[in-house]
Amino acid sequence: MKKIIVVGNGMVGYKFCEKFVAQEQSKDFEITVFGEEPRPAYDRVHLSEFFENQDAKALEMAPAEWYKENGITLVVGERVSDINRNNKTIATSKDRGFSYDYLVLATGSSAFVPPIKGVEKEGVFVYRTIEDLEDMLAYAAKIKAKKPNARGAILGGGLLGLEAGKAVMDMGLEPHIVEFASKLMPRQLDSRSSQVLQLKLESIGLNIHLSKATNQILGNGAITGMEFGEDDTLDVDMLVISAGIRPRDELGKTSGLEMGSRGGIVVDNRMRTSDKNIFAIGEVALYNQMIYGLVAPGYDMASIAVNQILGEDSMMAENIDMSTKLKLIGVDVASFGEPFMPASKGHSVIFENKTEHLYKRINVSLDGKKLLGGILIGDATDYNMLHQVYLNEMKIPEDAAQLILPASDGGSSFGSVLDLPDTAQVCSCESLSKGEICCSITDDGCDNLSEVISKTKATTGCGGCKPMVVDLVNETLKSLGKEVKNTVCEHFNYNRQELYDLVKINKVADYDEALNLFGNGHGCEVCKPVFASIFATITMETANRQPGIQDTNDRFLANIQRNGTYSVVPRVPGGEITPQQLIVLGEVAKKYDLYTKITGGQRIDLFGAQVHELPLIWKDLIDAGFESGHAYGKSLRTVKSCVGSTWCRYGMHESVTFAIDIEKRYRGLRSPHKFKGGVSGCIRECAEARGKDFGLIAVEGGWNLYVCGNGGATPKHAVLFAEQLDDNTAIKYLDRFLMYYIRTAGPLVRTAPWLDKLEGGIDYLRQVVIEDSLGIAEDLENEMKGLIGKYKCEWKQAIESPEILKRFKHFVNSDDTDENIEFVPMRGQKMPKPW
Amino acid sequence: MENILEQYKSVSNADVKTWVKVGVISDFPENSGACIKYKTKQIAVFNFTRTSKWYASQNLCPHKMEMVLSIGMIGNKEDVPKVACPLHKKNFSLEDGSNLAGEDYKIAVYPVKIENENVYIGFND
Repeated sequence: MKKIIVVGNGMVGYKFCEKFVAQEQSKDFEITVFGEEPRPAYDRVHLSEFFENQDAKALEMAPAEWYKENGITLVVGERVSDINRNNKTIATSKDRGFSYDYLVLATGSSAFVPPIKGVEKEGVFVYRTIEDLEDMLAYAAKIKAKKPNARGAILGGGLLGLEAGKAVMDMGLEPHIVEFASKLMPRQLDSRSSQVLQLKLESIGLNIHLSKATNQILGNGAITGMEFGEDDTLDVDMLVISAGIRPRDELGKTSGLEMGSRGGIVVDNRMRTSDKNIFAIGEVALYNQMIYGLVAPGYDMASIAVNQILGEDSMMAENIDMSTKLKLIGVDVASFGEPFMPASKGHSVIFENKTEHLYKRINVSLDGKKLLGGILIGDATDYNMLHQVYLNEMKIPEDAAQLILPASDGGSSFGSVLDLPDTAQVCSCESLSKGEICCSITDDGCDNLSEVISKTKATTGCGGCKPMVVDLVNETLKSLGKEVKNTVCEHFNYNRQELYDLVKINKVADYDEALNLFGNGHGCEVCKPVFASIFATITMETANRQPGIQDTNDRFLANIQRNGTYSVVPRVPGGEITPQQLIVLGEVAKKYDLYTKITGGQRIDLFGAQVHELPLIWKDLIDAGFESGHAYGKSLRTVKSCVGSTWCRYGMHESVTFAIDIEKRYRGLRSPHKFKGGVSGCIRECAEARGKDFGLIAVEGGWNLYVCGNGGATPKHAVLFAEQLDDNTAIKYLDRFLMYYIRTAGPLVRTAPWLDKLEGGIDYLRQVVIEDSLGIAEDLENEMKGLIGKYKCEWKQAIESPEILKRFKHFVNSDDTDENIEFVPMRGQKMPKPW
Repeated sequence: MENILEQYKSVSNADVKTWVKVGVISDFPENSGACIKYKTKQIAVFNFTRTSKWYASQNLCPHKMEMVLSIGMIGNKEDVPKVACPLHKKNFSLEDGSNLAGEDYKIAVYPVKIENENVYIGFND
């Protein structure tokens, strides 16, 4: 058996292992992998996600067991310190020796720390590993405790530096980016796009300092500032250095392999170093005089090395595609091909909109036939198609501007993904062509997206190609005459709309009957809540009738929070509340020691209730006239309002009154996802109604109705639906609109994405709701009236029923409460003890 | 925090030293879970009414160390009965406690038996 030693367990080292064991002949080899970090390889590209969840496991490329299951010996926390090429052995930092037949160097790179006076000071970090992040977090917490408005600076305004900027911002420090060049991301962006990016980043709170050469780091022991010129300093409490990378090539140097003059181990196009038994891949390898700091070329190098060892001759391409697309602090940034092109080679078409922070540039050959490269800032939806057009040298429209101008009909300038040639590379991380992806369906019998992904591994790298792969799979299935179906889950071969119709037409009594009639198996956490919602929107039953199929929140009629306690939100229609009601809320919160906070929906949230306290709290609230706020349900949340003409000197109509009417009308109404409303008394729009699923704005002569907006992760302004409506017409359209949404939307699809997918868009919706093109308007209205008439407060129902109250107990066999729940004090209130 | 996890180790039918009565069938909601206390342990008991089967596991979700699995939704994935943690929807097999997405988390499972409407859980201490 031949022995392979892989030095380095990063993304590329891992990919080598994955590709190697996928080959039949790999069983004749024994693989040992050494990693100096204490954990198996993880996804460094998404390192900043660590701040969102601090879950190192979620970033792992594969768990430690994977290596075992595939016969790979993984040694972590042990560095390879020496290579003896004559004996073909290596030695490790723990003085152990191992022999090899083939050695694969995948040691990657380390952060480059420029020789600035004072870099050794406490509070100066590099941004590279999970350990670096953990150290930064600990330090940030320490300085923030002393100084709430502490500042964190990042040295380097490149790609990684900006990522680190987000990390520093997430830590709650005031972020400052310090860049030596006169623009951000100098390697990828031209000056104009760099300015647009800078404006956008400044608008979200990053402070940016350009053309600054740092000559020393100030502070006595710990960092207190950075000095650029004589009188030019910046006070900072922490510094993250992100000034580029250096290959980890020490082993190459000490063992006498051929090296580049500025570092890196020289490899040929077969990934061989100057010693034929030693390969180098990833960021340590110097190929074509270049170090490639992207994951896709690293993965290609890994496959080449695998093939070479297994005796198959394949070679690295001459020109490496350095195109890249990423989401930087929520901003799309992409560049492909030749982003900066000299005027002698072609023409550029540039679209810039600084108010929306948009910039698009494409470079077109002199004859106007080929796309040579480009840059996209702010909106990179077209990146995949443009990148394909570039890679495959596809013909472009006569007026190249069409490729980047916002299409007037909202559609894409291109035809279908199926128009791409079969050789088009769709997933660059896994080097998969369109042909290979389609083959998994046409030849290998994959029937849906998840089968295609598990067969081909497409989308599992950076995930940027996911939208294309989804389209490709759907289109290919369609072209084979197979139905493309978004079925709810493995238990029901139907989508939500079909299930809604089935339940209604067959007058299905409960979930069990639905499973028996048209499902299989015993259900799961996906289909059960879908049915709970369907039953509720057909019969207006509350969450108390079938508790077993409710999501945990609905089952306990409260929102479960991070430590397993619950929060309580009574309804405050339109946000109007009397002093007496406020006092009751305060007294209840004091009595049960609850943390209180004002919500975005103009009500008050009481946190930290244990399950047995919920009925007691609600008894007090209901006695004082409150009712459930359904904050836990996929249902109407709130209708936010401004004070309107009742108080405001600008108000046109009584927005509060109307908001209260509407909130009471739809309270308790369950739907495919949560939905929110807003009513503003004039066009100043203080109720932010256009950020809601439905919004009404008072204008001369009535209300303007807006639909399908939302805040959250993908904010969307609601679209103007109808103008100058009187109260009754506004309600009539709302009834029809909401009922139509409830009938036809998929599970957990809010109104905005529902409208996006609705064929015909907003015009079609107008035809259905206003012009009654389907002849269902009366039906929709009657159905809504029926539901509204059956509303009951489910908390009142609960506290009046001894049977339901049995649910609100932590233990079945004891009256004890959960002793694991711990709180710690915070600003005069309490919070869950951190994980 | 890790040490609360330490006390939960799967028990197989053959290892049972004591069968502890934790209630009667009607104490446990249909097609759902509920939690019982045994010494210092919190055990989630799942009543799969549809298949007339019962399962028990630790109540502690190993992902964020919260006592919540008993209030998670139950069902099956292919032939495996499972519970989904209510906090982040991690899915666990109730047959062997493994994570169904192949992640590193694992929960301890315990045998359940029903005699004369009484519900018993098997422990080895």
